[in-house]
Amino acid sequence: MGDSPDSAAIDVNGLWKIFGPKAQKVLDSDDKHLEPTALREKTGCTAAVRDVSFAVRPGEVFVVMGLSGSGKSTLVRCLTRLIEPSAGEVRIDGEDIGRASPAQLREIRRHRVSMVFQHFGLLPHRRVIDNVAYGLEVQGAAKAARHERAGEILSLVGLDGYADAYPDQLSGGMQQRVGLARALAVDPKVMLFDEPFSALDPLIRRDMQAEVIRLHREVGKTMVFITHDLSEALKLGERIAIMRAGSIVQLGTPEELVGAPADDYVADFVRDVPRSHVLTLRWICRPPEAGEPLDGPALPATTVIKDAIGLMSSSSRPVRVMDGEELAGVVDRVDMLSFLSGEDTSQSTGQDTAQSTGQDTGQDTGGARDARASA
Amino acid sequence: MSTTAVTTPSRLRIPRWAAPAGITLLIAVAYLVFRGTGTLPHDKEAPQFLALTDLREWIDDHRNSNPVFLFFLNYIRIFVGSVYTAFLSVLTALGWPGLIGVMGALAWLAGGWRIALVAVAGVASFGVLGLWESSVETLALVAAAVLLSLAIGVPLGVWAGLSSRVRGAVTPVLDVMQIMPTFAYLAPLVLFFHIGAPAGTIATMIYSIPPAIRITALAIEQVSPTAVEASTSLGATRRQTLFKVYLPLARSTMALAVNQTIMMALSMVVIANLISAPGLGGDIIRGLSRAQVGIMLPAGIAIVVMAVTLDRMMMALAREGAPPSGGGAAGAQRPERRGKDGGSQRPSRPTQWGNKHSGVSLAGAAVLAVAGIVLSRVLPAEWPANWTVNFVAQVNDAVRWAELTWYDVTTFIKDTTTALLLNPLEGLLTSAPWWLVAVAALLLAWRVSGLRPALVALGCLLAIALLGIWEHAMQTLTTVAVAVLVTLVIGLLLGVAAARSPRFSAVQRPVLDAAQTMPAFVYLLPALALFETTRFTAIFASVIYAVPPVVRLVEDGIRAVPPTVVEAAASAGSTSGQLLWKVQLPMARRAILLAANQGIVMTLAMVVVGGLVGAGALGYDVVVGFSQRTDFGMGLVAGVATVLLGVMLDRVTQGADRRPASRTGASH
Repeated sequence: MGDSPDSAAIDVNGLWKIFGPKAQKVLDSDDKHLEPTALREKTGCTAAVRDVSFAVRPGEVFVVMGLSGSGKSTLVRCLTRLIEPSAGEVRIDGEDIGRASPAQLREIRRHRVSMVFQHFGLLPHRRVIDNVAYGLEVQGAAKAARHERAGEILSLVGLDGYADAYPDQLSGGMQQRVGLARALAVDPKVMLFDEPFSALDPLIRRDMQAEVIRLHREVGKTMVFITHDLSEALKLGERIAIMRAGSIVQLGTPEELVGAPADDYVADFVRDVPRSHVLTLRWICRPPEAGEPLDGPALPATTVIKDAIGLMSSSSRPVRVMDGEELAGVVDRVDMLSFLSGEDTSQSTGQDTAQSTGQDTGQDTGGARDARASA
Repeated sequence: MSTTAVTTPSRLRIPRWAAPAGITLLIAVAYLVFRGTGTLPHDKEAPQFLALTDLREWIDDHRNSNPVFLFFLNYIRIFVGSVYTAFLSVLTALGWPGLIGVMGALAWLAGGWRIALVAVAGVASFGVLGLWESSVETLALVAAAVLLSLAIGVPLGVWAGLSSRVRGAVTPVLDVMQIMPTFAYLAPLVLFFHIGAPAGTIATMIYSIPPAIRITALAIEQVSPTAVEASTSLGATRRQTLFKVYLPLARSTMALAVNQTIMMALSMVVIANLISAPGLGGDIIRGLSRAQVGIMLPAGIAIVVMAVTLDRMMMALAREGAPPSGGGAAGAQRPERRGKDGGSQRPSRPTQWGNKHSGVSLAGAAVLAVAGIVLSRVLPAEWPANWTVNFVAQVNDAVRWAELTWYDVTTFIKDTTTALLLNPLEGLLTSAPWWLVAVAALLLAWRVSGLRPALVALGCLLAIALLGIWEHAMQTLTTVAVAVLVTLVIGLLLGVAAARSPRFSAVQRPVLDAAQTMPAFVYLLPALALFETTRFTAIFASVIYAVPPVVRLVEDGIRAVPPTVVEAAASAGSTSGQLLWKVQLPMARRAILLAANQGIVMTLAMVVVGGLVGAGALGYDVVVGFSQRTDFGMGLVAGVATVLLGVMLDRVTQGADRRPASRTGASH
């Protein structure tokens, strides 16, 4: 991306985390580039995060997605040094986290970055209100003040009336709302979510996802969201980084991941995603052919294909796809039908408009894409 | 294992039993050839003993001039002594009505009026038994020892729970402290701290600190790592996380640590009387040494009542503190018990969490305490003599009657065991050359536990030989071996029965629970009543002492076999006998071996205490060492020898538990 470090909320550069007795030695040698199993056999170390770089824009929802063991949870903990990174640089609001003294680090954790955990991490011996106020309490806020603030946050997350309950009296979903409220109560700039909903039932998970979207709209925090669930990632993420074995294999918008997977691994991941639900008209529009009527209905290029079907079926003329005031291209019923039936045929047209941000990761995604296109 | 590799050519197929059988045969032949040579008969005047006796004389002479004593050890003694005195004077100042009232009030706060009732009745019974003063002394001694144990043990435990490095350093020390028979460290303590209440308190502390450290560490370790991480992620300092997350979440398990510490202290307090610690132990030791059950029974009852009362109070407190989710419930030393007691009550807990004392219980407690203190000003200071019950004569009569009536049965059991097991084995061990015994032990330990434990076991035996106490050690070993054999047979039978029949288990559990609350020497009582003072008394006592944990471990081990495996075996048409022999027992192997190990360590401790009631050998040497100054050296050496014996037996058997684990671990 073109973001300079100053404008990014979180800027991560060449981050490594190697677990094991000789981590530093591995890091200094070429062994660090070995395959995970080979590395473990040779050195007894595990590289959980390997040379990861990305930048999160202020106010963005940035999703890191990967299967278990891909290093995503370690990555998010390295951001505030809950796990000490082995190498690399993390900047939050331009401040170098790696160089922060313990006291500075505490200040950052207290005021700027807060975290929501997979297993909630609530304190069973405290009432809900005291759980929510915990962050303020460790900051040294007075009891009345922190309870007032905690009360406000509780109503924000829809837990009015539960202030005096104990965590184990609440359902899983409600417990995670408490976790969310606790993270929100300190009014952080950045919120980190470590698979917050994976321990919840599917229906509750959907509610909570909606909740996060709503909160993001209302409070506008920068969010880094870890998940192993692709549909969750696509639903929440403005940009998604897919991790595998400690590295980011592709970083892009949901559309880019689905429309132009960087490699077979990502392609395999997104294969079952209904493309018409994620891709926009930009991906299937084509330049108007000579003599084609250009008086059909207009739709913005960011319209999801699925949502354009209705209009398309009622109009006999090609739909004009507008990028702002400019004509990006047209789509007619044949294009639409062939896209919907094949789901794979419009690749090549979409290719040109894909703005892969793979460069950020230092990965050679371009090469992978070329290979796919020629295949 | 590796002997097999040496003696057999690799291509030849030799049955697996051949090597052990051959070695056994070889040892047997060696025994026949060398029998009678290389024995180390006991010599009361061995130079090793005399040197130690002289050392004590020297220390006693220089206790108030040597700087180590003057500026270090004596201060510890004075400090510990003053803690004891402080407790004693507070408890005495309360007077008997005051103490009853205050204990009742504390119990009410801990667990409601039912527990308060138990406490009032319990404390009052000390007076009824005519043992008010010595009970108060014991209570003060226990209080001092527990307070100091916790003051040292809890911080150490917290530290060990937080840092794996500290845990690694502390664990082996605790292991040694826990397999050390209680008798063993009394003599060295006398060297350093003289005799009396301070030395008794310190001896009690040594015994009761390990559970305080262990359970506290466990409690801290069990705290949910996510809660800790959440706290850190919000910028809490280590201190804030410790006080706001770790300690509150570990509270209920830590109450168990306190409970266990009290129980250990109570059982040690009695033995500490051997080094002139005050309290109930005096009556018990006197009763034991005169074989007068009538004298020791009231004191024994008083100790048991004290144990039960304090246990109920602490368990109530532990339940009170249990987090509603029951997060830290697992583990500790008596998980079953907690599960049983706590399980039924926990659902009602969450609502009370936070405001744990209702007005009623506060008021009740206050009334009780105030009433007691006021009454203590009104009523006579001494417990009224006509309120006591004296049944020494009746008990002695009853015991005599039992001895006479059951004489045939008890004598038959005693004589048969002695003739068939004890005497041959003792003859074997004492007439064999010492080096042959050592080699046999080495090979056995090697086979069962591996090379390193085997070398430790060998070292222990060599040290025993060098200390000049070989013959007595072998006699004690004989007693232990027989007791362990009987314990394991009974323990396995009962454990299997309990695992297979829930009804039997339901009947047996409360008995086991009660048995495990009781201080160790209490078991000497019925043994003494039935068998008078013989070796067999110690065996009987140690069997009833060690059977409960063995039963429990076996039962739990069999129950832990996954139900799906049992179901699969049953669906393949196994009979219930096949199920037991082919599935449940093999899969419970680890638990059973652990039970054996546990049984051996407990048996050894008890057999040594049995020295008081005619078990002779090491235990008797220890007791004599305390009562006769000139034999102090022998007593001290005998104590050390019991430790060495304990370590050896532990090493020989512990591998049986650990090795399969490492084997399966390696295969993964």
